[in-house]
Amino acid sequence: MTGVPTVLDDRFRAAAAASGELDVAYDVLDDTPVGPLLVGVSERGLCRVGFDPEPEAELERLARNFGPRILRTPKALDRVRRELDEYFAGRRRDFDLEVDLRATPEFHRRVLEELSRVEYGHTTTYGTLAAQVGAPRAARAVGTVMNRNPLPIVLPCHRVVGANGSLTGYGGGLDRKEWLLRLEGALL
Amino acid sequence: MARAGVPPFERFYESHKGEVLALLRRRAGRDRADDLFQETFLRALRAYGRLEHGEHLRAWVLTIATNTVVDAARRERPTAQLAVEPAGEDERPAVEELAPLTDRLPPKERAAVVLRYGYDLDYDTIGAALGSNEEAARQAASAGVRRLRKEKEQR
Repeated sequence: MTGVPTVLDDRFRAAAAASGELDVAYDVLDDTPVGPLLVGVSERGLCRVGFDPEPEAELERLARNFGPRILRTPKALDRVRRELDEYFAGRRRDFDLEVDLRATPEFHRRVLEELSRVEYGHTTTYGTLAAQVGAPRAARAVGTVMNRNPLPIVLPCHRVVGANGSLTGYGGGLDRKEWLLRLEGALL
Repeated sequence: MARAGVPPFERFYESHKGEVLALLRRRAGRDRADDLFQETFLRALRAYGRLEHGEHLRAWVLTIATNTVVDAARRERPTAQLAVEPAGEDERPAVEELAPLTDRLPPKERAAVVLRYGYDLDYDTIGAALGSNEEAARQAASAGVRRLRKEKEQR
């Protein structure tokens, strides 16, 4: 099998990103403080932040949701990488990124929209969010929305805790939730 | 949205890039192969969202590669005649049976006939492989079949 020189491979990936023909451009950020992150952007905006990326399963899911033209193109993720780096370094409190939630059901979108207003360093509860979207009895459903959040960290589901102040759960594992809340000074 | 069985492009690219580069180097030389490599996969990417299924992707992309070689040669020497070889999956009997029949067809007609009748690809996909469109692929295949019939009658 002919090995493809890195320079040739990089050049094609950059050209593909510039062609505007990709459904999703993604990259895996290998060394963030919360472990490797798979990040993806569509032409509309950020469409995926995934912990513990198992690329196979992630790519299949992205293909189902956004189309099969999915390619690892680090260059297309420069801005996302930079904002996440700044956030992890404590130099950024808000993300200035467009998001693409077209594959997310409507109720989930409403909850995530409300979630995006929870400020850096603050927490809210599942019940509060439920009430804010007009479904006060839906705290459990809000939990499910958080668990399936396609854009953790950027849409800050780590800022949602139980009514008694316990961390409750996190799609990426409680250790990460705790780390993020400490970073933001919401946990001592 | 994504059709069943069409793998994410990343996987398709990783599976075939080595073989595509080898073919391009063989057919076009080492230097030219680099440019044609990018062109081949950009053509494949443009057509990829229209694929109906994920079968015979190897034959498909090797045909695109061969075709970029032919197109590049034409740009340089418009009268040159090069064979488009619908490459790949040589073990497929349908293609082997078709090969001696289609050997004498003009390149695009031959590619269209083999991809249509040997690999059962749809015209949209074949058009993408040939750098044209569905209608042109349909015409090339039917022109090829007419030519084959005529040859058979004359024999």
